[in-house]
This record gives sequence, structure tokens and C-alpha cells, in this order.
Amino acid sequence: MAHTIALAGNPNTGKSTLFNLLTGLKQHTGNWPGKTVLRAEGELKTEKHVYTVIDLPGTYSLYSNSADEEVARDYIIFEKPDITLVVVDATSLERNLNIALQVLEMTDRAILCVNLIDEARKKGIHIDKEPLSKQLGIPVILISAREKIGIIQLLKTIDQMTEGKIETQPFKIKYNQTVEKKIKQLEPQIKQIIGNALPARWVALRILDGDIKLLDSLKSYLQNPDFVAEKHQPAQGGCCHGA
Amino acid sequence: MTANKPIYHFQVGDRIEITSVELQDVMRRRLLDLGFVPGTVIEVVQKSPLGDPLAFKVFNTTIALRKEESSLIYGKKVYKEVV
Amino acid sequence: MAHEANQHMQQLDTLFKKYSAQEDDLRDHIVSSIYQSTQSITKDSVHRSGKKTTWLDENLDNILTSRLYGFPIMLMLLGVVIYLTIVGANYPGIAITKLFAIVEDWITTVFQWANAPHWLYGILVEGFYRGTSWVVSVMLPPMAIFFPMFALLENFGYLPRVAFNLDRIFKKSGAHGKQSLTMAMGFGCNAAAVMSSRIIESPRERMIAILTNNFVPCNGRWPLLILLAGLFMAAGFSGGMSTFVSASVVVGIVLFGIIMTVFVSWALSKTLLRGVPSHYTLELPPYRKPKIWNTIVRATLDKSWFVLKRAVIIAAPASVITWILANIFVGEQSVLQHFVGFLDPFAQMIGLDGFILMAFILGFPANEIVLPILLMGYLATGSMIEVDNLNDLKQIFLDHGWTWLTALNMMLFSLLHYPCGTTMLNIWKETKSAKWTFAAFAIPTTIAIVVTFIIAQVARGFGLV
Repeated sequence: MAHTIALAGNPNTGKSTLFNLLTGLKQHTGNWPGKTVLRAEGELKTEKHVYTVIDLPGTYSLYSNSADEEVARDYIIFEKPDITLVVVDATSLERNLNIALQVLEMTDRAILCVNLIDEARKKGIHIDKEPLSKQLGIPVILISAREKIGIIQLLKTIDQMTEGKIETQPFKIKYNQTVEKKIKQLEPQIKQIIGNALPARWVALRILDGDIKLLDSLKSYLQNPDFVAEKHQPAQGGCCHGA
Repeated sequence: MTANKPIYHFQVGDRIEITSVELQDVMRRRLLDLGFVPGTVIEVVQKSPLGDPLAFKVFNTTIALRKEESSLIYGKKVYKEVV
Repeated sequence: MAHEANQHMQQLDTLFKKYSAQEDDLRDHIVSSIYQSTQSITKDSVHRSGKKTTWLDENLDNILTSRLYGFPIMLMLLGVVIYLTIVGANYPGIAITKLFAIVEDWITTVFQWANAPHWLYGILVEGFYRGTSWVVSVMLPPMAIFFPMFALLENFGYLPRVAFNLDRIFKKSGAHGKQSLTMAMGFGCNAAAVMSSRIIESPRERMIAILTNNFVPCNGRWPLLILLAGLFMAAGFSGGMSTFVSASVVVGIVLFGIIMTVFVSWALSKTLLRGVPSHYTLELPPYRKPKIWNTIVRATLDKSWFVLKRAVIIAAPASVITWILANIFVGEQSVLQHFVGFLDPFAQMIGLDGFILMAFILGFPANEIVLPILLMGYLATGSMIEVDNLNDLKQIFLDHGWTWLTALNMMLFSLLHYPCGTTMLNIWKETKSAKWTFAAFAIPTTIAIVVTFIIAQVARGFGLV
């Protein structure tokens, strides 16, 4: 079976451009939020492996409970893609890392693609990849999907991660004492109920956050672990990707 | 110190430090996720030709909000750089 | 197993009840902790030097969304795109038509050589081949010019600015600001636009967007508008002026469609879909210089492929059916003529004729084929003549009693009438409701009939035709 790669990130970060580049789908990508309405799938062949790439809807967060965020969140947490590529905009990393940190609470198999690096350089923004990678605890690749910069490096890293050659230590957000204490209380109870299949700390945070929609998804998952694949069919053809 | 007022009432070019978000539930969450977090400095960058919505620069992204929302987010004018 | 799952679900519920934050403080803390973390991370790894933004980002919005220039620029861009489409489409259109005529001669020779029966030649060449080639030569040139230009604007980042400028109007009409984005998509294809309305989260406003999307002329209707505007509305003018007049007429028709969208949205939000506009945020992404050649080539190829596919899959069978209907005789007249005769009295009331109405009805699968079917209908044999020059085309219309009123009302009927088959199918898929799918059919159709009826009666009443 092919390995799966999910693309997550904010709208307008060139996520779809990267998706098209990786999968060779000939869809043009407009510069406006909400272009990817359905999740799109394509195939990527590297020298060593074959991957199914899933373009998740671009969202600012995974916690606001809008339909597109739910699609993205449910996919990452329940379908457990082999690798999650978090695509971020180099020109506004401060905002974009938001979703990266949220993803890192859910999975440790992630790579950060800092896209639009050419644009950032033009605007006098310099991004130091080493400290970023060290802090986040995952590989960081500087790319420009439009100018095809850094793609070889990205493919290499994807292959290495697939082969288990990359150790990650995802950044964990520190909350205040009250929250951390509650997480500590919740974690063992959650593990008892749902086992180790889902990250207990993350589920605990969602419960504290009062994320009622996640509760529904969790219940569906308990009844049928494959519910995501059945609920969200991928988009057919190119009709929903561009005008 | 200047008084807190809804960010809807500031002028284009003003920099505002957000002091509180008086919306509830999903929309509150959505705005927080977009970066309208108390303590953040934002800038009014654009006004629609018809007067509403207003566009704000938040964490280097331009987000347009209608009066309905922007009149429920409070802030004070500041003179520092926007992130 | 099932029992265990149930038990687990109850345990989850208990946990939720016990631990979920009821107060905003804790939730706010979670969100702001994330932001604080990102800021501390980027402090070390992101260095900004020199100017933060480009000239474009700083200044362009001051012009494109300004009180003074925002609307004029929007109108001008629409006008320019349509003007260039009309100018550009003429030349390749003629060339393609000639090419098809030459190929048809070859095919005819082959049929004669093979002694093919007349009905086979009729169906395959006069029906299938001419129908398809007509669709291609009428459709392709304008589409291959319009859409690359549109894609350039889109990739540049202009569309969200349109949504920003127009938002207040949509809010007043009870619709969602993002409806202007789904409308923009409708210029390409209403069926795709109906799907894209998923970007609107509130079900009520999404329904409004779906029900009114049809008032934006799609791919399949542009050529009809452009052709008729050129033949009838700009008749008294010559050269560049004539193109300018046809472009203005087409812009006028598009604006009328937009006004109708706003009006119907407003009416729906006051009646069937009552409610207040929901919350809304819209990102204005930074302008990005599109990869010009890349965009043009890709958009042209995509659109050409789309048009060709539609021509073969939908236009071809419809042409064959039309040919058959026109060649099966009941009594003195063909089935088609009986049908046209039946429609004619009603069609005359709304300023059209039986043939035009028949073309719209048989053209239900795809708007592209309305014009070809009409031409097939006008020719007694039921097949299309080769028209290699627009004046011949106009003569055919004039011979059937067309006036400017016929042309105007056909344009309006095309703009306002029911969505095409594919769009209807998508509306059904998206709404899962027979009632709303029917509404999506009935509302525009009623409006189309009422508008054309009023115009026809007024024009005749004042003796304008």
C-alpha cells in the first residue's frame, strides 16, 4: 500500500501549488481563500517510494469547528497519515506556525515546509532554518513551490522519514499550571477509554477546550475506526479546485 | 493612556492593541484563531468603498471584518510596531 | 464489542461533562498560549531587515479598494476583459470555421465514395459533425481569451478585493460576502460554482448563493451574449466603435445579472430563507505577480479541453437528436416543427419565437448548444449550413423575423433562465432536497419569463419595433 502524505496549512500559502507540483495535477490555483473546498488526492512517486498525497482544506486553525477545519483535523487525527507536511508562508511565519504547533500536538511525523521563500527574501525576511528545526523538533525545509526551489531536498526528507531515519521531538506547547494539572488528571483516564491509538494529551486538551464536535468524532471513531475515510470522499476531477 | 473602544471606530493607519474580545462561541474562537488575541497589536489598513467592512493587519495577514464583529472587539491606540 | 464501545462513549461523555471549560478564560488561555509559543519560536529564527512589504502591498489596495476608484476600476476591468475577448475572438473564430468547412468537404467526399445512405450522412455529418464543430468554433475563441485574462486577475489576488468592495451590498441583501467569490467562479461554470459554495459555512447563505448563481453567465452563455450583441446591438456602428458598443452591451447584461442576484438574494432572505447574515471573516491575501505565461498557457489549455469535452459529450448527442427530430415527419411537418408551432404563441409573447424557445428547451443539457440547435431549427432540412461569415448568420436571423428586441430578449432569457442540466444535478447533490432543486429551476425561469414579457410588451406598446 502507498504511504500517505497530508498537506495542511493556512489558506494562501501556496499549498495547492505544492500539491500540484508533487502530484502533477494540472489545476490552476487562484489566489483567494477557500479554493480547496473538498479534499483532493494525487499520487507522488519518488525514487524509492510511492505516496498518496492528500491536500487538506487550508485553515487558520484546527480548533474553530468550521466544516473545513473538521475535515483537516479528522483526517490527521483519525486517518493518521504517514507524514503530515505543514505548509507555511515564509512571509508571515508568526501566524502560520500556529497551525504547525497544533499539528505537532497531534502527530510527531511532520515536516515543516516554509514556502514562498523567494517572496520572503524579496521582502527582506531571512529565515534561519536550523534554530527553527531545533525548536520545533521536526525537519524544516525552505521551499518555493512556484519557483521549484527546495523540492529535491523535500522529497529526500520525505523518503527518509518514511524509512524511519528521522527522529522527531515535536515541540509541546506549555500551558499554565491549572491547565497542565488538569491534563495530568485526564491523560490516564483517556488512555483507559481509547487506548494508545490517539494522543491522550491532545484529546485531554480538546476536552478541556469543550470541543463538542470532537466528542462526536471520537464517538464515531470508537464505533468505526474507518469512519473518516467513509465520511469524506475525496474530490473527483478538477472541478472544485479552480475556475 | 487612551480609552478602550471598539476597533471599528479607529481610523485607517491606526495601530491598536487589543484589550478584549466580546464575542461568544464559534466566532470568538475563530477570531482568536485569526490572531485577534488580547495583547496583540493590529493595524487598520483598509476601508471598503462602501464604508464597511474594515480590513485589519493581524500577524502580517489582512483580514476583513464586518461592523457586527469589529464593534465587539475592543482595543486602545498604541504607537508601536505591528508584528 | 458494541457493548464496550457504548460503555466507552458514556465514559467520554462523563469526562466531557466534568472537565470541559464553561468559562472563556481557559479556552482563551489555550489559544493565546499557542500564539505566545509561535512568537518565542520565531524570535530566534526570523530576521526582518529593510522594508517589510513591497510597494504593491502598501499602495495597491489604497487604489483598488478606495472609495473613489474601487468601483470604477472594477467596472473598467470587466469592460476591458470583455472588450479584448470580443476583439480577439473574431479572428481565430473565422479561421476555425474555415478549417471545419474544409474538413467537412473531405468527409463528404468519403461518404459519397462509400455510397453511404442519406440518413447516415445526415446524422453523422449534418447533425453530429456540424453541431460539434459549431460549438467548438463559436465557443472556443472567446473562452480561450476570456479565461486566461480572468485567471491572471484571479492569481494576482484581485477577486478577494471584489468581495471586499461589494460586501456591504451582499450584507444588505442578507447574503454572505463570499458569495461574490462563488459568483466569480460562475463566470467559468455554474456547476462548479455551486460546488464551490461550500466555502460559505452558514447553510442559509449557502443556499442563497446556490439558488442565485445562475444569474452569472457561464462559459456556455458568453459566446451567445457576445455574438448577439455584436450582430444586433452594435449594428449601426462600424470598426472600433462597434466593438465598444457590443462590449458595453455585454457589460450591461452582466451588470443586470448581478443586480438580479442581489435582488433575488434579498427577496429570498426576506421570505423563504429568512435570517440575519452570519459572522464573516475574509482574508485579503498579498498580491502576487502571477507567472504570466504559465497562467495563460494553462488556462487556455484547460478551457479548450473543457470546451472540447463538452462539445463531444453533450453537444454531439444533442445535435444528433435535433437532426432526427427535424427529419421525422408527422403529416406535412417534422416533429420539430410541430413542437415549434406549439411553443410559438407563448414565445411570441415574451419577444422570442418558437424556435428559440425550442432551442432553450433542447439545450437544457448544456447552454453551449442553444445557438447551434437554433440554427439547425431555422434550416428546414434540420441541419446547419456552413456559415463562414457572420453576415450570413445575421441574414438567417433576419429571415426569421428577428429584430433587436428578439436579440435582446434572447440574451436576457439566456442570462436569467433555468440552470443547465449539470448545474441542476450539482444543486441536487449539494442540497439533497427536491424542493430546493425545484426552486433553483423555478425562480430563474419565472424571472426570465416575466422580464422578457415586460420588455416585449413595453417595446411593442411604444411602437419601438
